[in-house]
Amino acid sequence: MKVAVVDYVEPSPRGTRWGLGGTCVNVGCIPKKLIHQAALLGGMIRDAPHYGWDVAQPVLHDWRKMAEAVQNYVKSLNWGHRVQLQDRKVKYFNIKASFVNEHTICGVTKGGKETLLSAEHIVIATGGRPRYPTHIEGALEYGITSDDIFWLKESPGKTLVVGASYVALECAGFLTGLGLDTTVMMRSIPLRGFDQQMSSLVTEYMASQGTRFLKHCTPSRVQKLPDGQLQVTWEDLTSGRENMGTFSTVLWAIGRIPETRSLNLENAGINTSPNSQKILVDAQEATSVPHIYAIGDVAEGRPELTPTAIMAGKLLARRLCGQSLDVMDYSNVPTTVFTPLEYGCVGLSEEEAMARHGEEHVEVYHAYYKPLEFTVAERDASQCYIKMVCLRKPPQLVLGLHFLGPNAGEVTQGFALGIKCGASYEQVMRTVGIHPTCAEEVAKLRISKRSGLDPTVTGWRG
Amino acid sequence: PSLLPLLLAKVHPPSPPLPERPATGSTSARVLDPRARLRACIDSHPVVILSKSTCERCAEVKKLFKSMCVPYFLLELDQAEDARGLERALSELTSETDVPVVFVKRRKIGGHGPTLKAYQEGRLQKLLEMNGSEGLPESYDYDLIIVGGGSGGLAAAKEAAKYDKKILVLDFVTPTPHGTRWGLGGTCVNVGCIPKKLMHQAALLGQAVQDSRNYGWKIEETVKHDWDKMTEAVQNYIGSLNWGYRVALRERKVTYENAYGQFVGPHRIKATNNKGKEKIYTAEKFLIATGERPRYLGIPGDKEFCISSDDLFSLPYCPGKTLVVGASYVALECAGFLAGIGLDVTVMVRSILLRGFDQDMANKIGEHMEEHGVKFIKQFIPIKVEQIEAGTPGRLRVVAQSTSGGETIEGEYNTVLLAIGRDACTRKLGLETVGVKINDKTGKIPVTDEEQTNVPYIYAIGDILEGKLELTPVAIQAGRLLAQRLYAGSNIKCDYENVPTTVFTPLEYGACGLSEEKAVEKFGEENIEVYHSYFWPLEWTIPSRDNNKCYAKIICNIKDNERVVGFHVLGPNAGEVTQGFAAALKCGLTKMQLDSTIGIHPVCAEVFTTLSVTKRSGGS
Repeated sequence: MKVAVVDYVEPSPRGTRWGLGGTCVNVGCIPKKLIHQAALLGGMIRDAPHYGWDVAQPVLHDWRKMAEAVQNYVKSLNWGHRVQLQDRKVKYFNIKASFVNEHTICGVTKGGKETLLSAEHIVIATGGRPRYPTHIEGALEYGITSDDIFWLKESPGKTLVVGASYVALECAGFLTGLGLDTTVMMRSIPLRGFDQQMSSLVTEYMASQGTRFLKHCTPSRVQKLPDGQLQVTWEDLTSGRENMGTFSTVLWAIGRIPETRSLNLENAGINTSPNSQKILVDAQEATSVPHIYAIGDVAEGRPELTPTAIMAGKLLARRLCGQSLDVMDYSNVPTTVFTPLEYGCVGLSEEEAMARHGEEHVEVYHAYYKPLEFTVAERDASQCYIKMVCLRKPPQLVLGLHFLGPNAGEVTQGFALGIKCGASYEQVMRTVGIHPTCAEEVAKLRISKRSGLDPTVTGWRG
Repeated sequence: PSLLPLLLAKVHPPSPPLPERPATGSTSARVLDPRARLRACIDSHPVVILSKSTCERCAEVKKLFKSMCVPYFLLELDQAEDARGLERALSELTSETDVPVVFVKRRKIGGHGPTLKAYQEGRLQKLLEMNGSEGLPESYDYDLIIVGGGSGGLAAAKEAAKYDKKILVLDFVTPTPHGTRWGLGGTCVNVGCIPKKLMHQAALLGQAVQDSRNYGWKIEETVKHDWDKMTEAVQNYIGSLNWGYRVALRERKVTYENAYGQFVGPHRIKATNNKGKEKIYTAEKFLIATGERPRYLGIPGDKEFCISSDDLFSLPYCPGKTLVVGASYVALECAGFLAGIGLDVTVMVRSILLRGFDQDMANKIGEHMEEHGVKFIKQFIPIKVEQIEAGTPGRLRVVAQSTSGGETIEGEYNTVLLAIGRDACTRKLGLETVGVKINDKTGKIPVTDEEQTNVPYIYAIGDILEGKLELTPVAIQAGRLLAQRLYAGSNIKCDYENVPTTVFTPLEYGACGLSEEKAVEKFGEENIEVYHSYFWPLEWTIPSRDNNKCYAKIICNIKDNERVVGFHVLGPNAGEVTQGFAAALKCGLTKMQLDSTIGIHPVCAEVFTTLSVTKRSGGS
C-alpha cells in the first residue's frame, strides 16, 4: 500500500509546538506520566528515611532539569516515529491539511507553500486540542493549557488549574507533588463520566497531599499585575461572592475540542456532530463518505484514549488491505487516571450499572486496604479503595472494576482481560492472590455494599 | 517420642476386646513428669485401668470390662518406667493409694468396690454409653484444634469461628540455632513475605533515590543506608501484626496458646508451653498447619556460624559482606535486597537458579542481578565454615568445593546466609502416635483433594502438604475453604491450578500457569506457541537504565485455540501486573482475547496486549 502521513502542529496560543507523534507522545500520556513519576519519586524520597536511607529532608526540585530530561525523551520519540515511517516507506509531510474534494487534500507548509495530494482512502486522525474559555477576559492572553505545561522551561510556580477533567487533576497532582502551591478551581463535579465515589476519593487524597480545591467556583477575569503575577477573579457559585487570588500560572483544563474546523470537511461532504463538532462514524470507522474514515479523539462517541486509537487504526488498516474483517470492540476499555493516588477502571461505574440494570440487580463489593509499603513509611491509606460492580444474579458477572491505589494501571490491565473473558465474581474470588501486593485485595473483596458491613481495613489477612 | 506409643491406635476399634498390654516399653519418662504422664493417659483414653500385674482385684476389674466387650487402656504401674513416681502421682492426683483405679471418660470411678458397684447399678454402662459411640468422650474440649498459627492456620480459625465453633490454636516457635524467635502469625508475617517485601522496598527506594536526580530532585551524591533503622521499622510493623492477630483471635473467641502441640492419642493433643508446662486437649477434628523451617547444610560450622532467613530480618546488626548459599527464590530475594541497600553480596549456587520456575526467566533474573553487582559462584557447595573473629558481624571463612571435582576455594565473609531449602515441621508432632502418614523422605503430608490426611479427623494445609504450593495465599485459601466445608456445608475445594506467584528479586518476576519447559513436556514443542517481547518501562527512560531487561512471555496451546497456559513477566510491579492476568487465566484466556483487549497507556502491563513476535520466528 502506498501511504502518506500528513501532520502539522498548529502552535498553541502561547507559541508551543512539537514534533511528530500527536498528543499522547508530545503533550499527553508520555510527558504526563513522566512528570507524575517525578512527583512519585518525591514521595519515595520522603519514604526513604523510614526504610533506613539517610536522606536529608526536605529535598528540593529543579523543574528545569526535569523538563529538559522529559523534553529530550519526547524528542527522541519524535525522531523514532519519523525513522519508523521512513523504514516502512511511508511518505511523511509536515503540512497542514484541508479537503479540496472527497479524494484530494491540500497541504500548506509553515512557509505557505501548497501541495495537493490525492488518495483512494483518507483517514482523519487529527485529534483534539485544549479548549480556551475565550469569554473570560485575559484567558487567552495569560493562560496556558496542557499543550504548554510539559514544554515549559521554567517552573510554573504557584498555579491555578481550572477544570475538573482528568487532565486538570493529573496536572494539579504532579505540580503539588513537585512542591508547587497548586489550586484547582472546579465548577461542579470532578471527573465527570467516571464513578463518582472513586472521583471524590481521588480529590480527597489530593487535598490531603496539599492541593487546594475551590469548588463551585468559576473564573471571570485574569489580569496581569505589574510584577508579572496573574490576578484571577472568580465567582463562588454557592455564596454568589466574588473572590480574588494571585498566581504565577493559570492552566486551563476545561475540556478539549476536536480538530475539525480547519479541515474543510464540507468540501468532501463529511458530516460532523453539531454539538461536539466530532466526525460521525460507523462501526467500520467510516464517515458519511464511505472511503473517508475517522479514528481517535476526532471521531464521535469514541473514548479519547491512545490505545483505542492505535487499535482502531491497526484494525482499519488491516481491513483496508483486505487482511481481516475485524472491527474494533469499544466495550470494556480500561483506563487509568494518573492522579497522585492512581485510579484504574474498566467497565461500568456504579452509577452506570445501576442505571442500566436497576439497583436491585447490582451487587457492589468493596474494600479499603493498606498497601504494605505504606506501613513502614507511615503513609495514610484512607483513600486506598477497591470496588467491583457485579450483577447480583449468580454467577455474578463482573460489570466494572475500580481500583484506587499505587500502580493502578498495572493492576487494572489484567482484570480488564478477565472482564473481557466474561469473568464472574466467583471466578475472581477463586483466583489465588499474590502476596503481598495491592492487586491481591481485588481477589479478596468479600463485603458487599448491600450488607452494610464495614469495608475498612482490619489488619487481619485472609 | 510420645508417652504412650503402640497401644493407642489399638484401643480404638469398637468390637474386639483388646488383649492386655502393659504400658511399659521405651516411653521417655525423662521428658515428662509422672503426674503429666498419668494425666495424659487418663485424658487420652475412654477407659483407663491403673493396675499392678500381680494384683487379684485388678484382674477382676479387667475381666469385668472384657465381659462387657469394652476396650480399655491398661497401665501396669509395677511394670512402667518410674513406677514409684507414678504411684506417688496417682495418690496426688486421685487421693487413691491402692490399685486398681478405674477412669471412664476422664472421670474417676474408683477402685475395685466402687467399680463393681457402679456396674451393678448400671451407672458404669450408662457412662460408657454402649451404643456404638466407639468409646470416645461424650464431648470434646474443642471442635477444632489447629496446630500452627501461620497464614493457613489462622485463616481456618477465623473462618471456622464464624460458625460458632470452639477452636484452639496452638502456635510455638522453636528458636533458631542463632536464638531468633518470633510471635504469632507464622513464616509469612514474621520471617517471610512481609519483612522480605519491606526490605525489597527499601532496596527499590535506594534505586528511586538514584533515579530521582534525573527527575530533577536535588539529592546529595552518596546516600547511606542504616540497617538498624530499617530493621527496627520492619520489626515494629511485624510486632503490630503479631498483636493484631492475637486481638483478632480473641475477638472471634478462638483460644490461642503459645504452646507446642503433639498428638498423644486419638483426638488428643498435648500442649507444652515454653516453661515446659503441659496440658492435654481433646478435639473432634484437627488441622495441622505447622509449615516449614530453613534447612541446614550439615557441615562443620553451619549451625554455629551461619544464619538463615529465620534470622536475617531481625538481625540486630548489619550483615556486612554476605555469602548467600542457595539458588531458591529466598536466596535470590535476600541477595537482591542486600545488594540493593549497598552490601557486598555473593551467591553460591550448586546447580541451577530457581528450580521449578521457567528457566528462561530464571536466567534473566540472574543476569540482571549480576549486572547490578551481585557476584555468583556457580557449581560450588560449602564444606566448612569457620569463625575467624567473633563480632556483630564477625568474620567467617568459608571453604567450598566444586560440584564437579575436588577443587576447593576459600572466601571470607561477615555473614553466611543459608537458603538451600526448607523442611516440613512434621517429625515432632507425634503423628506416628495417631497414625498420620508422612512422606519419610520429605516429611511432607499427603492429603486428599479436601486436605484430609489418611486419618479422617486430621487435616493438613500449607507448606507441609506433599506436592502442593508453598505460598501464603494458597494456605489461606485452603484454610478458609476447608473451614467452610467442615462447618458451612460448602463443597468448594481449593484449586491449586494456575496459582499466580511473584519472586521479589530486584527485577520482579510474576508468573502464572506453566513454565515453558513444563508446557513443552505437557503438550509437545510443536503444539505450543511462545509469544514474547522485551520492554522498557517508561519511568526508566529518564534515568536511562536497564533497557532490554524487562521481558514478557506467554505460552499458548496451539491445539486449544491458542489458550494461554503460561504467563511470565519480568519487570517492575510484576506482582501487581500478574494478579489480574491470573484471574483471566482462570477464565480460559486465549491469545485472541489478549489481542483484542485494549492496553492501558502508558503502563508495563499493556505489553501483553500487543505481543506479536513468536519465539519460533526468531524475531525480536
